[in-house]
Amino acid sequence: MSLPPLRRAAPTRTGFECDPAFVAGQFAAGVAVLVAAIAAASALPRLPWRLVDPVLIFIGSHPVVNALVKALTVTVFVTVHVIFLIWLERKFAGWMQARLGPMHVGWKGALQTVADAVKLLMKEDIIPTRADRVLFVVAPFLTFMPTLLTFMVLPFSPTWVAYDFPLGILFVLAVTTNISLGTLAAGWGANNKYSLLGGARACAQVLSYEIPMAVAMLSVVTLEGTMSLTEIVKHQQSGWNIVAHAPVMIPAFLIFMVCGLAELNRTPFDLPEAESELVSGFHTEYSGMRFAFFYLGEFAANFFTAGLAVTLFFGGWMGPWLPAPIWFGIKTIAVVALFMWIKWTVPRLRVDQMMGFCWKFLVPASIVIFCATAIMVMVAGS
Amino acid sequence: MTAMQPAVGASTSSDMTINLGPQHPSTHGVLRLMVALDGEYVKSCRPVIGYLHRGLERMMASRPYRQSVPFTDRLDYCASLNSNLAISQAIERIGGMAVPERAQCLRVMLCEMNRIASHLIFFGTYAADIGATTAFLYAFRERERLLDLLEAYTGARLTYNWIRPGGVASDMPEGYAAAVCTFLDGFLKELDAYDTLLTGNPIFRVRTEGVGIISPEKAIAYGASGPVLRGSGVNIDLRRTEPYDAYPQMQFDVPVRTEGDCLARYLVRVEEMRQSARIIRQCLREMPEGEHWGKQPKVFRPAAGEAYSRTESPRGELSIYLVSDGTANPVRVRVRGPSFVHLSMLPELVRGVKVADMIAILGSLDTVLGEVDR
Repeated sequence: MSLPPLRRAAPTRTGFECDPAFVAGQFAAGVAVLVAAIAAASALPRLPWRLVDPVLIFIGSHPVVNALVKALTVTVFVTVHVIFLIWLERKFAGWMQARLGPMHVGWKGALQTVADAVKLLMKEDIIPTRADRVLFVVAPFLTFMPTLLTFMVLPFSPTWVAYDFPLGILFVLAVTTNISLGTLAAGWGANNKYSLLGGARACAQVLSYEIPMAVAMLSVVTLEGTMSLTEIVKHQQSGWNIVAHAPVMIPAFLIFMVCGLAELNRTPFDLPEAESELVSGFHTEYSGMRFAFFYLGEFAANFFTAGLAVTLFFGGWMGPWLPAPIWFGIKTIAVVALFMWIKWTVPRLRVDQMMGFCWKFLVPASIVIFCATAIMVMVAGS
Repeated sequence: MTAMQPAVGASTSSDMTINLGPQHPSTHGVLRLMVALDGEYVKSCRPVIGYLHRGLERMMASRPYRQSVPFTDRLDYCASLNSNLAISQAIERIGGMAVPERAQCLRVMLCEMNRIASHLIFFGTYAADIGATTAFLYAFRERERLLDLLEAYTGARLTYNWIRPGGVASDMPEGYAAAVCTFLDGFLKELDAYDTLLTGNPIFRVRTEGVGIISPEKAIAYGASGPVLRGSGVNIDLRRTEPYDAYPQMQFDVPVRTEGDCLARYLVRVEEMRQSARIIRQCLREMPEGEHWGKQPKVFRPAAGEAYSRTESPRGELSIYLVSDGTANPVRVRVRGPSFVHLSMLPELVRGVKVADMIAILGSLDTVLGEVDR
């Protein structure tokens, strides 16, 4: 008998084979774009900035205007950079998972987040009937505000820092702890059992991991002898902390990264919003702009934690040729990408394993690092 | 287990009853679990099934024998061809039909391809249950290629209705063997990569090792089968112990692990994918010439009596029992599905574990609700 015709061409490809010429073209285009970007960035300082000097002097000489403009700048930056970060996260996840990520709105989906934000804005505002209305409404802002505040002390360059607070690190530690207040309020206020479990997990996790993170940061403070973030960067003029004091700073950085992952609720520590267990954890009941604020806070915290790591360990804004804020941005995005890489690779820990890892390993390890740093500083001083 | 764990069965005021499902990301379908929690600990769990009940057994019994094959597609929808095989075999037994050798070999090939597709779903969803989203998409990429192949042959991607009483619906298209071989080459390479990504991951290990242990005695007592049984160290595989179709001629190993935990069940399934690839290659190499379709009576009226067919589906023993009274329609069709049996073990397995472990255990049983509810 004759064989029936093939219903559909039998697939023959086994993987993502690419034409070498295509790959070479992509590479060349990438290099060209990079060179152009570096050239454009290095031209920035040569622009006639002094034309805006009168405006700056006016702002600088009026304390109220000064504060308002700074606050506005920080707020706008935080909300706008998150649009980029969310796009990056989705693209990054796409690349890791052998897919494209958003592609339709704007160039390579660059405006997808804007479209999503518009959609979220237009959504109906839903508050569950049995929810604790006050807590439910306040919670998104409780989680977002501390993150917004931390950006006030983050130094993008020697001058680009909204408030050069001498006790910057203390301020950061004090403010970020309050994020757990918001998650707990969300978990309790929504009157949903998944939310409650998620809120409880989030609170326990953030408070536990705060300790090794603080101790790791304190070892940097011990090393530099200052709590001001700008001063810490200036002290790294001769070499980044992670290179100059590698024996203690590399472990400190690793502890900081692990704790950062936990503070940001990212895998392997995404228990508060463990999708396969708790649906979405503490923000299960949130929709529309209230949900967007959680998202905003989360991604802004991502950038801030990465920026803090860069400030403490990677010489902040320091770098050749390019202007300081650009260097800071490049380094921070690199650390953010590291966070994303980890997030999209590893599975999730169980709640007891998560707590055990913190209290049985990270806390003692961070204290050991702290003592080692102190001894190092003493020996160097004497 | 730590000292913090409350006494099982003791009721405290901090108990919380939550409903997981029927719409929940990790109940794999419309399963509903009523779970009593004490903090993070599961005190009791009651599966509520029936959200996907369609009365398939009755529907099959109310029409001529050979029209019941499409219904089996909707049993275990992750491995439709294996269900097709079970009903076809039962009908062949009750009617005394012979299946040509080539058809037998084609059936084995199709079933093993579907086994790989089904185990890939397990691999992906299990990774997602544990929290690794990326492995999920990798598994589905491979499955997509496999489904493309099955579509090229059968014209369908999920509900094939292809293995029918007397043989298979048509012969392979031209160039199919080469396409399957190309896929298998790439697939085995990718599988090794996924293995490194997930199996070797220490976090995955601590989440699955020693979790949800099923002793061999308990597995047998509940009537477990397939990877759940073999993960508990009982070496029973119907393809080996009661071989049917072309399985007696096939060379393959039956992976068995003795640990009985989630990791053991996972490893058994991953190894089964490799063995399935081996079987498919043998089928393609030793495919006998001949017809794909046996001689069939125009009107099918088997003599009064009964027939029982046992097959090894990706989830375990899928058996179908038919009773005939000599008319064109069966009197009774009964499906014995592995998922239903495995789901019945869940309440005992999850008592006293943490919520996250419950999800891991449920995932490792790999139940399909289409076949639980029928």
